[in-house]
Amino acid sequence: MAIARDTESLSSSLDAEQLGLDRAGLLGMYRDMLVTRGIEERGHILYKQGKIPGSFYTGRGNEAGAVGVASAMQPEDAGTPLHRDMGVHVTRGVEPWRILAQYMGREDGPARGRDGNVHMALIEQNLVAMVSHLPAMMPVAVGLALAFRIRNERRVSVCWYGDGAAARGDAHEAMNFAGVRRLPVVFVCDNNQYAYSTPPQLEYACANLADRAAAYGFDGVVVDGTDILAVYSEAKRAIEKARQGGGPTLVECVTLRMEGHAVHDNAFYVPRELLDEWAKRDPIARFRLWLSEHVQASEAELSELEEQVKALLAEAQKRAESSPAPDPSELEQGVYAEPEQPQENADA
Amino acid sequence: MPEKTYLQAISDGLRQEMRRDERVFVLGEDVGVYGGAFKVTVGLLEEFGPWRVIDAPLSEIAIVGGATGSALMGLRPVAELQFSDFVSCAWDQLVTVAAKQHFRAGTPVPMVLRLPSGGGFSGGPFHSQSPESAFTHVPGLKVVCPATPHDAKGLLATAVDDPNPVLYFEHKHLYRRIKGEVPDERYTIPFGKARIERAGDDITLVTWGAMVYTAAGAAAELQSEDVSVEIIDLRTLQPWDKEAVLESVAKTSKLLILHEDTRTSGFGAEIAAQVVEEAFEQLDAPIRRIAAPDTPIPFSPQLENAYIPQVEDVASALRELAAY
Ligand SMILES: Cc1ncc(C[n+]2csc(CCOP(=O)(O)OP(=O)(O)O)c2C)c(N)n1
Repeated sequence: MAIARDTESLSSSLDAEQLGLDRAGLLGMYRDMLVTRGIEERGHILYKQGKIPGSFYTGRGNEAGAVGVASAMQPEDAGTPLHRDMGVHVTRGVEPWRILAQYMGREDGPARGRDGNVHMALIEQNLVAMVSHLPAMMPVAVGLALAFRIRNERRVSVCWYGDGAAARGDAHEAMNFAGVRRLPVVFVCDNNQYAYSTPPQLEYACANLADRAAAYGFDGVVVDGTDILAVYSEAKRAIEKARQGGGPTLVECVTLRMEGHAVHDNAFYVPRELLDEWAKRDPIARFRLWLSEHVQASEAELSELEEQVKALLAEAQKRAESSPAPDPSELEQGVYAEPEQPQENADA
Repeated sequence: MPEKTYLQAISDGLRQEMRRDERVFVLGEDVGVYGGAFKVTVGLLEEFGPWRVIDAPLSEIAIVGGATGSALMGLRPVAELQFSDFVSCAWDQLVTVAAKQHFRAGTPVPMVLRLPSGGGFSGGPFHSQSPESAFTHVPGLKVVCPATPHDAKGLLATAVDDPNPVLYFEHKHLYRRIKGEVPDERYTIPFGKARIERAGDDITLVTWGAMVYTAAGAAAELQSEDVSVEIIDLRTLQPWDKEAVLESVAKTSKLLILHEDTRTSGFGAEIAAQVVEEAFEQLDAPIRRIAAPDTPIPFSPQLENAYIPQVEDVASALRELAAY
């Protein structure tokens, strides 16, 4: 039986090297985290300015989890990131301006205004657009892995879900099927300690959500979700294990949701002290410090990178704002996919 | 042309699809070693192996989600739900994920869900339902209800070709009772194209699935009373062949709609509404609907007979329409 185990933080650049991360790769991960947070900060402002319709969710506190896992994936791997995982889209190369256009419901958002917020994905990047119903993407992620297994491809599916959504039956059916068939899927539980206003003790009665993996016949591991290298390391191990035919792993990334459930929610129910404590473990600040200590990233180098990201996002916002609104006359198009070729041999 | 049962036509059709396209695979409960609860998938495991004929756990969510995910990655799953009744367990996967995926994300979900449906054998409230109408209300899904062995095979081939989620309702009561000619070679039958089961001039009777045979029995009775009934077998409900119905109504001016599903918000209501919208002036009588009453489908044969429309119910409605 698998037992959930805690992972240790990485402490040296040697460890990173062993993971196959070079200096450029490490700085790239830092940049992806900055872009992720930057897009959400801009989105927040745009929302308050009334430029983003509907609701607006951020993943503040989850950047290490999202970018760390996505960085451990290969391009041919696939996944179903959720509403705190915008960093996955960024890491896999969705251009920031298209994400902002998505938020604003414009034509150039991946969902072309047909769906909002992070309900988007580019299939070219092997990502599948999430639905609101949580965690309904879990069985789908298992289906991606099923396709890889049937075709004997060395590809892995990554399946994200939250601590709250873990309570629903979809999670059970997905993990059970994946375990039974030893499918190449990695379950990533973003445990940000709250499901809207509901705290962990009202969500689940086991010590760690990763403990549940044992019930499905695979390993579970708890990782510090604010430490991007620890996340990367565990995700890489799990993904490569799945690729080798070793079956699923459940990686539980523990962090704290640093903002309300969505912008309308001030999270009054989260104790101030808890927020203060986790603020000290901000994933971006932690990684910045690590980079300066272990790969000699100078203050000048890091702030230049930060300025570049700011400029990129300012440009992205302009471009997104100039993206046209979708054309209502096209509303009824695309409900169905058109058959590829006309059906030959038709016999009425 | 060989004669086959409805069940054999589906089974042979499925095998043919799997032989011609290696992307096609089968997923469901007891579909492998056992050959499916109704034996539709018998022999497939032996021929195609355990990764193309996948015995799933009792897990409709995993089956439909698994089909959706693998379809997104380019496979062509044909998933079997043991009884169409259990589709309710997978509603989210089907209605929330699969149906909306192309509209929202532009990614096709080419999958077929085989759904053994319908009553007539004391299956009771949970093994006899005909839930097709509910899914016609979900944009993004296609709904297919073959009545004959020939259509069962041809519509299955079209369903496999189709890049959308297709719900293929196979009527359990037809499985072994109904035989017909089925070509050996592969053929497709376009969706949205009705079949004239019987040509006639006086009354149009629109139906699908097992009710085609009930309709035929009633029409034969009326023939001896000199009333000529045209039976339209819709074959598919989403899309459905409105033109064929309007054309027939233009000729007969009287319309009877018959279905095994319950009456309120059954697909018959949609047909009636559209005919009224588009052909009101051609009607010489109020449209009639014959459907199951608005109750769950009961168990005991006496109750079930009262529930499922019978030849006599249809015949007397036809007589009333003829006299109108
Ligand atoms: C089936 C379902 N019920 C309710 C909701 C409303 N809802 C959206 S997010 C959320 C909390 C989810 O918590 P968790 O899974 O921990 O993810 P988090 O938002 O905390 O990242 C709720 C209740 C939903 N999206 N889906």
